[in-house]
Order: sequence, then C-alpha cells, then structure tokens
Amino acid sequence: MALLQISEPGESPAPHQRRLAIGIDLGTTNSLVATVRNSIAVVLNDADGHPLLPSIVRYLADGSVQVGFSAEAQQARDAKNTIVSAKRFMGRGLKDVPYPENSPYDFVDAPGMVQIRTVAGVKSPVEVSADILRTLRVRAEASLGISPGAAAGGSDAAELYGAVITVPAYFDDAQRQATKDAAKLAGLNVMRLLNEPTAAAIAYGLDNAAEGIYAVFDLGGGTFDVSILKLSRGVFEVMATGGDSALGGDDFDHRLFCWVLERAKLAPLSDEDTRLMLSRARQVKEDLTNHVEARFNARLSTKEVVDVVVNQQDFWDMSQTLVAKTLAPTRRALRDAGLAAADVKGVVMVGGATRMPHVQRAVGELFGQVPLNNLDPDKVVALGAAMQANALAGNRSSEEDWLLLDVVPLSLGIETMGGLVEKVIPRNSTLPVSRAQEFTTFKDGQTAMAIHVVQGERELVSDCRSLARFELRGIPPMAAGAARIRVTYQVDADGLMSVAAREATTGVEASVAVKPSYGLSDGEITRMLRDSFEHARDDVHLRALREQQVEGSRMVESVRAALAQDGDLLSVEERAAIDAAISVLEKSMAGSDHRVVKAAIERANHATDAFAARRMDRSVKSALAGRNIATI
Amino acid sequence: MSVGQVMITLTESAANHVQNHLAKRGKGVGLRLGVRTSGCSGLAYKLEYADAVNPDDMTFDSHGVKVVVDPKSLPYLDGTELDFTKEGLNEGFKFRNPNVKDECGCGESFNV
Repeated sequence: MALLQISEPGESPAPHQRRLAIGIDLGTTNSLVATVRNSIAVVLNDADGHPLLPSIVRYLADGSVQVGFSAEAQQARDAKNTIVSAKRFMGRGLKDVPYPENSPYDFVDAPGMVQIRTVAGVKSPVEVSADILRTLRVRAEASLGISPGAAAGGSDAAELYGAVITVPAYFDDAQRQATKDAAKLAGLNVMRLLNEPTAAAIAYGLDNAAEGIYAVFDLGGGTFDVSILKLSRGVFEVMATGGDSALGGDDFDHRLFCWVLERAKLAPLSDEDTRLMLSRARQVKEDLTNHVEARFNARLSTKEVVDVVVNQQDFWDMSQTLVAKTLAPTRRALRDAGLAAADVKGVVMVGGATRMPHVQRAVGELFGQVPLNNLDPDKVVALGAAMQANALAGNRSSEEDWLLLDVVPLSLGIETMGGLVEKVIPRNSTLPVSRAQEFTTFKDGQTAMAIHVVQGERELVSDCRSLARFELRGIPPMAAGAARIRVTYQVDADGLMSVAAREATTGVEASVAVKPSYGLSDGEITRMLRDSFEHARDDVHLRALREQQVEGSRMVESVRAALAQDGDLLSVEERAAIDAAISVLEKSMAGSDHRVVKAAIERANHATDAFAARRMDRSVKSALAGRNIATI
Repeated sequence: MSVGQVMITLTESAANHVQNHLAKRGKGVGLRLGVRTSGCSGLAYKLEYADAVNPDDMTFDSHGVKVVVDPKSLPYLDGTELDFTKEGLNEGFKFRNPNVKDECGCGESFNV
C-alpha cells in the first residue's frame, strides 16, 4: 500500500497521478539525491542514514561494482580500480587531465574522452558516473515506494517521472552531453541539466523569497564556481559566471598532504599510502574547522608511522594561495556583471569546503558582509535540483511558476574572411538563446560556404576554440555579395548548441548539432578570457588590418575581373595606371599597417573611377540595345 | 451529528511529522483530511496542509495538531486514525479507516 504525502491546499493528486521527480547533485567528491515530499525539499538518505554518497566507484575482477562508502573503504588498498573524482574526466581528453603521471590510474587515450583501464575492463568516465547515478536512482526508488522494475502495469503504478541533474556552470557542451549520457545509461529520464549555483539559488531564493543581487560561491570537492544572480519577483537571472573546475576541497587536502610529507620527511609513497595519507588529510582539514589543532596520524604500508600535529593557523597559511585563487574569478564575475561587491545583497555559500573558517572570512571580506549559510552547504544544490524537478514534473501550482535563466560562458562566433571572428552570441547571454545573422558570398559564382563555429573572446579564429565545421552547398551562382545566407545559432536550456545555415533565395539548408570531441577545459576558458583582456589592443589593430586586407583582396579580385571583361575600354596609359595602383595595393596588404592598406585601397578606387564609369555606360547601352522606350 | 460522536485522530508519530512539516513550510493552521470521488475504487483521500478553516468545517485537535475536515467527507472518515510509517527507505502517511470495505491494491483509493 502506498504511503501518502501531504499536498498543498487543493493540490491532492488523483490516485496514481503522482509524478515522482528527483534532483541529483552529481558531485566530484560526493553525490546526493533529493525530492520534494510533503511539499518540502528533502535529501534522501541511504539505509544507514547517510545523506552523502561518496562519488567513488570500485570495479572488481568478478565484474561486481562497489559504489560509495564500500568503495571508499577499499580505496587505499585498491587505488588502481577505485575511481574517485571521475567528474573531472567527463568529456575530457587525456591531454586535459592535469598531471596524469601523479594519478594511480592506467589511463587509455580514447578519441573524445579519456578512459581508465581497470581489472573489470576499460571504463569511461560516463560509465563510472552512470554507476553513481544508478545507485542514487535505486535509493530514490526505494525511498519513494517505487518497486524496482514495476513501472506501468504493476499493482504499484508509481514510477520515477524524471530527474534534474546539476553540473558546474562552466561545463561545456561535451561535459554536459557526457553527463546526459551517463544518466541515460543509469536509466534516468533527464528533464533538465541545471547549473549548480543556480540550483543553490533556487533553494535559497525560494525559501527566503528575498529580492536583489546575490553571489553564489560554490567551493565543492573538486570544482569552484561563482555566479552572480539577480532575483526579482521569483525570477532568477544569472548575470555572470566564473570559476575554476580544477580547484576544490581536494586541493586543500593535497596541500595539507604535501605539508605533512615535508614535515615527516617521507620517501615517495606507494599509491596505496598516497590514498591513505590523502584521506587522513581530509579528516584533519575537517577537524580544523571546529578545532584549533588536529592530529595527523597514519600507519603506512612501510610500517612507518606519521604523527604530526597541525594547528589551524598553519593550515590557513599553507592554503592561503588556494583561497586567493577563488577570489580572482569572483572579482571577474562581478566585473562581467557590471557590478561592485557592494551591490551584492547576499552571498550564498555552497559546497562542503566553504565550511573552512578562512574561506568564509576571505569571502566575507571581499563582499563586506557575512556570507549566508543557513542551509547545509553540502545539500543546498541537491535541494534546489529537487525543487526544479518537482516544478518540471508539473507538481507545482501555476501561481508559483518561475523561470530560470542561465548564461553562455564564452561568446559563440563564426569565422569570416581573413580568419576573423564575428560574434553571433555574446558571452553571458541568457539561455535558451537563438541568434541569426546574415552572411554573403565573397567570390562571384561561389556555390558553397564553409561555416566554422568557434568559441572565445578573441578577434582572430586562431586564438579561439574551434567547435564545429560544416558546409552549406548548392548556393546558386551569383555575383559576390548577392547571396543571402542566414546562419542561426541556438543554445538550448541545457547549454547544448546547434547551428543552421540557410540560403534565402533557394532555401538550401545545412545544420549541425555541436558535439565537440571534447570541449574547453576550465584552464583554457580562464586563459582565453585573460588573453582577451590582455590582447584587447592588439586585437583591435589586427582586426582593422584583416578587415582592410579582406577589402583589398575583394578590390583586386573585382578589378581583375573587370579588366578581363572590359579591358578594351582603356588606353595603354590608363591600363598601366590601374595595374600600378593594384600592385601597390597588393604590396601594402602584405604589410602590417591597416592605414597603409586603406590608403592604397582609396588610391586604387580613385584610379579605377573613370574605368568604372565607362563600364557602367557600356552595360547600360547593351541593356538598352534593341529595346524601344516603351518597354523600359 | 455532534462532535462528540465523531472521532478522527492522528497517531503521535503522525502528529510529530505534521508539526515538523508545518514548521518547515512556515505557514498553515493545520492538516486537512478529506475524501473525493476519484480513483479506481471510487473514492480517494485528500491529505493537505490547511491554510484556513471554512465556517462549516469540523476541526479536531490531536496531539497538538488541528485536523480540519469538510462536512461532506466526515461520514467517510469517522473513526479514522492517520498514522506515519516507514517501509524500508520509504516513509509517509497511512489512513486506518474502519469504514473502508475494499481498497485498491495501491491504497490510494477505496470503497465504503
């Protein structure tokens, strides 16, 4: 017999009409699942009462799989087959993995995404994530009274309607797609991928219903995200995002681990001992949140005993640079949003690592206020995801309807002549977004156009990241500049992109769903953004030069075509003057001063004025020849 | 029908959970129980937060929780005890209703 939950007034569901939806925070270190029950978002605990599921999967030789605490317990002993922080490898190639030589895994460089060789075979990060998601799905089904496998037709007709899964705001297309694939593999219907900070804002914004600008500072186990959000009348708008997906609580553990290693003067450690020491480091870090000192105690496989006392101040000093690394992207996000720290009404703390007092203090000083953390920072993302899932499943009354807006982290552009980037969707545009722009042909009779989709802030294609290329064929032969090709960029609510091109006169179309083999790493995003600021002046100059060069070659092209067709209209001297102007123009285009090119174009224009006029006369005459005045 | 004859109660565990939820929800005067025609066996339970009490509603106090029932539902619920139970990881409320003749296997709808 089904157990009933309390509904909002007037919203009791009809029997068997409950749409059970869950929110999943698929974290680098820990994952959680939550649901809305009795109209209150709650995290679902496992049978032992643990809310967190360590995002750790161990593969055994007999083909069985351990997920969570059981895998964590064997982590030190079986490091090679126990995958931790698989989220870091989602949608990434081997070259994106920082220091693979320091990792205990046997990486396999597969096309698109790195894989890991285990005793149970080669596993992709998608499969590892799917194993975590499956464990959470089973937990949720047990908690919601769904009998496994008994969906429609069974006596207990309730089934899991769908899930909202959170991802870091900086996840690119490949990483988001990998997350969706993992969910599908785990048998989940993904209703929406939701940015983690946005989920946190839902949990806070709806619970507190306070309007204004908020910053969400999310320092998780392995990723750091900061978002500037605007809450007004129940509507969330993400104004800017920033972060570093290679920075998190794990790095604090590692810093402490290195410090202890130095203190204890230990020889290089085996994989197992490294694991052991790292998990001890995590414990000590957590102890130091509420205690002024903690004892680092470990017995290594070499029989060596490590016993070091760490005090709070030592820990703060050794990890101060890590804290500083969170503040730079925070300032940048504020700048992107066009805001000062003083405009921020509240700072929401998310992620277990924000419990560290020196992190709280640094964030408090930056914003000049005490950060909000009245919700459990480990649970807030999952709770927000559950609320979103509940809304998407249609379990909320319409008056409470709210809209959720996310943003594009880096501008999306198209390559134009001369290797320049034309931005079609500027960075920080709210999702979903669709923008169209018209382009034309460069040469007479051009019947195809290559469309190159790039991402980045720089002016030249070579400085941006290439996302996709495709061709639009079947453009009817026309004079250069006559064809009208409409290119539409579309990014859906999950941040997945598609591009379509259409020639207006014939309606020929081509399109591509952008699924890059693997996307931008966060380091790259940060580097690209920084570069775009540092090279702003160079870029302006380069763009001007390229534009003049393109204009120049268009000029050369058209004059040559005209000479071939109507060269007989010119005297030898006139012809020589035009040839000279064109050769000066060509020479100037090889240089690097856009003003010189521009001047040469003007001179060539001037030199061909009379010729152009005569050509015009001839074409008018030929058009009129043999017609009487009445038919014109 | 006088109030003295009709009884609708909550178990202590159910009352504790309801009070907890009301506190987290931040508003509401009590718990509304009711029945409506629907479902595979004719009637279905209503279990909702009560934000207001209508003039003809009947109210009961059980372990500190105000239970609100509309007059049309009352005969179907007389003698009912609302319990809170756990079944493995699942947890929720259960109606123990002496008026029920037969029940759909799911327990979400019933017949009197």
